[in-house]
Amino acid sequence: MSNTNTSPSILETRQLECVRDDRLLFSGLSITLAAGEVLQIEGANGSGKTSLLRILCGLRRADAGEVLWQGEEVSGVREDYYANMIYIGHLPCIKGDLTTLENIRSLLDTRSQSVPLDEIDQALAKVGLAGFDDVPAKALSSGQRRRILLAFILLAKARLWIMDEPLTALDVQGVALVESMLLEHREAGGSAIFTTHHGMQLPCEMRSVTLGIQQAGKC
Amino acid sequence: MFKRIWGWIQRFSSPKHFYDISGKMIPWFAVSALLLGVYGLYMGLFVAPTDYQQGESYRIIFIHVPAAWMSLFIYMVMAIASAIGLIWQIKLADMVAAASAPIGAWFTFLALVTGSLWGKPMWGAYWVWDARLTSELILLFLYFGYMALQSSIEDQRTADKASGLLAIVGVVNIPIIHYSVEWWNTLHQGATVAKFDKPSMHIDMLIPLLVMAFAAKLFYAAVVLVRARNEVLMRERNRQWVRELVEKI
Amino acid sequence: MLKAFYHLLARDLRLAFRLRHELANPLIFFVLVVSLFPLAVTPNAELLQEMAPGVIWVSALLSVLLSLDRLFKQDYEDGSLDQLMLSPNPLVILVLAKVAAHWLLTGLPLVLIAPLLGLFMYVPAEANGVLMLSLLLGTPVLSLVGAIGVSLTVAVNRGGVLLSLIILPLYIPILIFGANAVDVASDGLSVRGQILFLGAVLAMSISLAPLATAVALRITASR
Repeated sequence: MSNTNTSPSILETRQLECVRDDRLLFSGLSITLAAGEVLQIEGANGSGKTSLLRILCGLRRADAGEVLWQGEEVSGVREDYYANMIYIGHLPCIKGDLTTLENIRSLLDTRSQSVPLDEIDQALAKVGLAGFDDVPAKALSSGQRRRILLAFILLAKARLWIMDEPLTALDVQGVALVESMLLEHREAGGSAIFTTHHGMQLPCEMRSVTLGIQQAGKC
Repeated sequence: MFKRIWGWIQRFSSPKHFYDISGKMIPWFAVSALLLGVYGLYMGLFVAPTDYQQGESYRIIFIHVPAAWMSLFIYMVMAIASAIGLIWQIKLADMVAAASAPIGAWFTFLALVTGSLWGKPMWGAYWVWDARLTSELILLFLYFGYMALQSSIEDQRTADKASGLLAIVGVVNIPIIHYSVEWWNTLHQGATVAKFDKPSMHIDMLIPLLVMAFAAKLFYAAVVLVRARNEVLMRERNRQWVRELVEKI
Repeated sequence: MLKAFYHLLARDLRLAFRLRHELANPLIFFVLVVSLFPLAVTPNAELLQEMAPGVIWVSALLSVLLSLDRLFKQDYEDGSLDQLMLSPNPLVILVLAKVAAHWLLTGLPLVLIAPLLGLFMYVPAEANGVLMLSLLLGTPVLSLVGAIGVSLTVAVNRGGVLLSLIILPLYIPILIFGANAVDVASDGLSVRGQILFLGAVLAMSISLAPLATAVALRITASR
């Protein structure tokens, strides 16, 4: 196999297998993701999309196989991987009792990133939350709370975005916003993996992997 | 060398291989446990001399002491098996740990019951807050906690790991608990009554005791293998080899 | 790394102060449970004094136990826990920050109010210092060890009783030595040994419990 830095992929999986509650969700799953590539994970409900994403970011352990970050096993380069990757699950990660600004600050703090205020304001303006800095998050709608997360993604400046259902609770403009964010991210050489039930129209090349087919008949 | 050993470990710990091997081992363990147990009980209850202080009632130690030893021993086994399962991801170790817990709890319970039966003539009460009995009681709580956690998490793998970690935390705590209970007991027990101390024990008492301890270990080995085999079948029920096995029957 | 510790601690404290009404609950519970005993048993000063160390310590234990839920529950339910685990900072440091916040919000108030309960229970004035000291050394252990239990049970529905079941046996040594220290101090004797024991257990818990908690959180997240 090719070694560490010669490989152009930033994220790679080899022969991943996931069993959940006695059910084989997928096995032998090998994905390669290069810089500047966007990958959509498709599949029916319960086909293991969320499990796959959680395995990719190291929250869940695969039942077999490995995940490589820039050619190296993720568990060995955790710090570097987590500094360059951002994961957004379908839970909001937002504290209702903190304000929009405090929420963003505390999310960035866990990544050890300190960002100047005007930059945060720019990001908030971009996601349509200008002027909401000091509003407690519990006063926001669920779509607006998702937008806080979008601002967080913009500010984190990670090279790899792993997003589980990023369009949840977003309106039409919100969906367009995510699409444009993905495009810009891609143009800047970033990569992304996401799942979605909604149609996502990206005017660019986008690969997709469908779960739940390759194991038909197996088990 | 290391690789070969590792390969051997993995082969042996594959559920199917374990199922085959353990099936052959169980009768041996069971029969020898039975023979030793009968011999030990006979020696203990009829041959061993009467204790000059406690009369005949001391004979319950031939059950009580092995049970108390086993209660602690099995918890150790659980913790070690859990550590192996957690670190090296060997599923079989997790299954052994899970299969051991109820057996350990039963031995603990047995030690408590026999202890209080012994206590009635000695202390005049079924329950006295004696250091050893109290330690056993806490150990029983630890077993209950392990089993409750194991059964309340639905995903089997997560349940194994979570309860395994609890077993390890428990094992680190057992010496501390034991020490504090001992200390607490000496503090509060002004006039010490007869205790389960082992003064220089007569050799005719010691031998049956050791035989019984050995029988208990063999009994545990047999039962844990039976339970672990069931566990294997349960968890691997969707695998080819289990299906073939079922069809054969 | 220190920064990450400080930021998380500050966030948890700020969140707690936004929910001021909940802040006092463990404290009120503590006072309430202790004051049940004179009502249930007897207002007799001698008897109460005899029981005082045990009653106060058991109540402190239960109060901490009931408040353990807020250590990780909210973070688990809103997904913040995932973000903590994906932090480039060592999880152990973050766990320590969360536990420190929990202790400042529950353990420390118990320590501070203890003399009042000592008064309720006729603890001699000279033993009040030892009561506070024993709680000061003991309650952080309750938070640290409790954190292991919560992180194992946070994903379990109705995990409250389960949590008590797995955690209370582990609290026994602290209970024994903490209560005994107060008892002995009431008789005017030296409590050096008890205090040293509590200190030793605290040192051990600080170094080991966050590790176990971090492992437990990773197990819970891998569900």
